[in-house]
Amino acid sequence: MYSASDLRKNLKIQIEGEPYVVTDFQFVKPGKGQALYRCKLKNMVTGSQFDRTFRSGDSFEPANLQEKNMQYLYKEGDQYCFMDNETYEQVYLTEDQVGEASNFLIDNIEAEILFFGSDALGVTLPNFVDLTVTQADPWVKGDTAAGNTKPITVETGYTLNAPSFIEEGEKIRIDTRTGDYSTRVKE
Amino acid sequence: MDEQWILARRREALQTRAAMIQAIRQFFLSRDYLEVETPLRVPTQAPEAHIDPVMSEGWFLHTSPELCMKRLLAAGYERIFQFARCFRAGERGNLHIGEFTLLEWYRAGIDYRDMMDECEDLFIHITQALGRGETVTYQGHKIALAGPWERISVRDAFHRYAPLTMEEAIEADRFDEIMVSHIEPHVGLTNPTILYNYPASLAALSRLRQEDPTLAERFELYMGGLEVANAFSELTDRDEQQARFAREQDHRRTRGKPPYPEPERFLAALPSMPESSGIALGVDRLAMIFTDSATIDDVVAFTPEML
Repeated sequence: MYSASDLRKNLKIQIEGEPYVVTDFQFVKPGKGQALYRCKLKNMVTGSQFDRTFRSGDSFEPANLQEKNMQYLYKEGDQYCFMDNETYEQVYLTEDQVGEASNFLIDNIEAEILFFGSDALGVTLPNFVDLTVTQADPWVKGDTAAGNTKPITVETGYTLNAPSFIEEGEKIRIDTRTGDYSTRVKE
Repeated sequence: MDEQWILARRREALQTRAAMIQAIRQFFLSRDYLEVETPLRVPTQAPEAHIDPVMSEGWFLHTSPELCMKRLLAAGYERIFQFARCFRAGERGNLHIGEFTLLEWYRAGIDYRDMMDECEDLFIHITQALGRGETVTYQGHKIALAGPWERISVRDAFHRYAPLTMEEAIEADRFDEIMVSHIEPHVGLTNPTILYNYPASLAALSRLRQEDPTLAERFELYMGGLEVANAFSELTDRDEQQARFAREQDHRRTRGKPPYPEPERFLAALPSMPESSGIALGVDRLAMIFTDSATIDDVVAFTPEML
């Protein structure tokens, strides 16, 4: 059982028997008023979305989902193919179902595929993935002002801001929950 | 992210924050206010239905320095201010952090309208001390700081922005929700805006309007849609205050929250407290505005997640 204070982006909850994922979340609390949890919810089966504001004291069930560890194989058209390494069973997810995870999908990466009954609904990546930087402006020696950032591109084509000392060919660790740069990976 | 790098990146915001705090201190000292410090760890505090404390070995980390400052006021300290680290359980979001800084000041012999004027003076002083013009840009909104600011009663704000009246919202237990979703996004966008005369039930330590006791002499200051400060004409009637506390304690009980010990010493001091007005201003929120930051994380050195 979740309470309102457990709400956060990507939490999966059940409402009237259907699984929903929280796609946007804001904690708000006016003046001396009560805490409110403003959520955008997306039905994980139908994709339909709606806004709902919860209050402290509200509670709800976790979505009744099963997770299976699978390996990402390839993309075909707008379908992403994943395989169960033990049974060789394959499932396909649409671009919409993969969502922002597509920014971090590299061949053979292992991920948790979510099932509602026999339907594959989505994918959860490890919290951190290591990706190679494919494009970055050169580091200007002498630009040592800590805190400076620049846009860089990684092997999946995803672009993000990173410290100015990051250079092409390096590996960096990205937090898949936020899409942010985490740290440089020394090999 | 590399946490040392995040810290380094905040330098400019932290410099502005520090300069702002110095400017505030200078403003109050020039007006003969005494800077005070009251304990962070206290045996009880003002019971409020929706504010939850952090426990500390059977006592509490204060959620605001209000009660101690009012005891000073009652002892004859007529102008006092304090920068107080405060703690509130379960509050975390773009505008909330569990440990934050409140600027509280109290002044004898004035009411909430005079307090509105003093806020206008303070903000002009801050922007001048920071070497800024009289307009501050926050998240795309150009906010003119020179007074007089827009002042709207809460009832009128509901008429103007909400699909139902203030009374209907209270009746339906939707006051807070409407405030957040329909009113806050519109206020303080072109100059700071004061919402005043809150329903009496939403101001446990405030004096009521003489001509309409369903309303309290409470105001909130908004800038760029952000709630920045909350003020009262202070309640000085001991019996009335005790009854209000009892009501807040009931709210807490019905929500399964533990009631606090009665703040007896505060209540005992209340009859000596002069007519006065007091205010709590969110220093972190004000720093967000003067640094044009979208989240409170950008104006504090450390968030709890970084510790």
